[in-house]
Amino acid sequence: MSYTGWILLTASLVGLSCGLIGCLLILRRMAMMADAISHTVLLGIVIAFLITRELSGVHMLIGATLAGLLTAVLVQWLHTTGVQQEASIGIVFTTLFAIGVVLIATKVGNAHLDVQHALMGEITFIPWETVELPIVGAVPQAVLMLSSVLVVVLVVLLALYKEWKITSFDPALAASLGLPVVLLHYLFMAMVSMTTVAAFDAVGAIMVVAMLITPAASAYLWTDRLAVMLALSGGIGVLSAFIGYYIAAWLDTSISGSMAFATGILFMISFIGSPKYGMASRWTKPPEPAEAPPRA
Amino acid sequence: MILGLSHNAQWVLASTLILGMAAGVVGCLAYWKRQSLMSDALSHAALPGVIIGFVLAGSKNMPVMILGAAVSALLGAMMIQWIRTSSRVKEDAAMGMVLSVFFGLGIMLLTWVNRMPGGNQSGLDSFIFGQAASMVREDVYTMAITALLILAVSLIGYKEWKLYLFDPAFAKGVGLSRATMNVIYIVLLVVVIVIGIQAVGVILMAALLIMPSVSARYWTHSFGWMMVLSAVFGGVSGLAGTWISTMGQGWPTGPFIVIAAAALFVLSLSFGMRKGLLVIALQHRAQRKKLSGTAMSSSAVQRGGWG
Repeated sequence: MSYTGWILLTASLVGLSCGLIGCLLILRRMAMMADAISHTVLLGIVIAFLITRELSGVHMLIGATLAGLLTAVLVQWLHTTGVQQEASIGIVFTTLFAIGVVLIATKVGNAHLDVQHALMGEITFIPWETVELPIVGAVPQAVLMLSSVLVVVLVVLLALYKEWKITSFDPALAASLGLPVVLLHYLFMAMVSMTTVAAFDAVGAIMVVAMLITPAASAYLWTDRLAVMLALSGGIGVLSAFIGYYIAAWLDTSISGSMAFATGILFMISFIGSPKYGMASRWTKPPEPAEAPPRA
Repeated sequence: MILGLSHNAQWVLASTLILGMAAGVVGCLAYWKRQSLMSDALSHAALPGVIIGFVLAGSKNMPVMILGAAVSALLGAMMIQWIRTSSRVKEDAAMGMVLSVFFGLGIMLLTWVNRMPGGNQSGLDSFIFGQAASMVREDVYTMAITALLILAVSLIGYKEWKLYLFDPAFAKGVGLSRATMNVIYIVLLVVVIVIGIQAVGVILMAALLIMPSVSARYWTHSFGWMMVLSAVFGGVSGLAGTWISTMGQGWPTGPFIVIAAAALFVLSLSFGMRKGLLVIALQHRAQRKKLSGTAMSSSAVQRGGWG
């Protein structure tokens, strides 16, 4: 495959897995948790690097997933001690992120790890770092990692589809039915961290947040059905990857930045044009009756 | 030890001290508005404005860049408000979107400017993590004076803020306009964010607004004292963080300020007199003792009854 093809494939995989996970994030009102986790995985990556002294995929994946879970646990714990949910998210992720940045600045300064990379990713280098696979031949490492994560996400999502649906839409019902709500919460957080870090390595922290939240929020404006929302969100994620790439190629600028921007454009289109919940719906639908009609 | 620093460094320290105090006070308002993460969204949203300001001014002209940052952060605030009120997307998702899309746009512009001749030396990268050392005398003045203004507005309007935050119905009754207060609040929040981003950086500026106020909450139940303590915590974090970051070559300021603030938070969380962990543990112990005392006597009664 060509150089451009690999980049588009990588970004599309990111868009697809983030889009799927993002739907549940939006429905569970945990969008800012994604922002938090995307920042704290940096600490996990740095610590994994300090321990193993290498930047291999597996170590980083483990370190970052642990850091993501740590974030979720700490936020939850602070919240139970009486700090507002929002404030506890803000405290935990800024602190862990700051520690990560300080470690990079003081300990691993000249290594391959730098903050710029963490924020924006190095999608342009991805096609060069390949691994040999049987049958398909040389495949970029990131593509391999992202595809495996996508498979895991799909399997977990489909296997527990009903459970996700109930816990997202009606947590109280889920608890009363005896579903392991807490366990599902942390399983979900682990999936978010895993997706984030696989994507993070390729495209950086900003694009991960944009891809997690924006396509799902756009899809949320088009439909009321979870299955449709998942499909739409994944599709919008892939579409933003393509649009973003071509904008970046046209202006010769940061690819991940412009992909994040592209998700914003697609959201604005949905926000204004969606016939169901967009602005357009107000013009097409008749206005709500001001008073209840008199009863016969 | 602080006196041993150069004259310029002392000025920078003084200005981050005032910045921290202003951020601490405004952070209290944000805390009670339950909008802690709003500051995170707005500080990320300021980035494109900084770069556009740089391009328009053609050089690193602080007032123009601050103005640009303020415009783009306000635009972000309006977008969040608009999305939240006119669609079914919730506030947290709206904040996340504005944050990431604006920041993405900022990175696009930054990469583009860095490729322009002379752009690479602009030091624009330091806006991401903050580099107090890159501040020149005029920047320090601008920042210190604006921060003092913010402090003044928050303190002069103390009574009004209290009403606005805790008893909106009464505030309406005495003729305090909620809309005006909302505007003043958002303007204060945006201004403190944009003057802070040069020293603390767009990513971590939110911490300086969130942490001091939450830490102060562990020591007092009074809003007035909370503001004072929060200002002190913010000021100390600004000062300590900046001072530590001068010890290494090219160390970013923002992360150290955040770590200083986090240390104060952990101290308050553990030892705070109101709801601090230590106090709660002691209370629990005392209660358990009392409870086990009554439990024993009641079981003695039961035994007596059966015997």
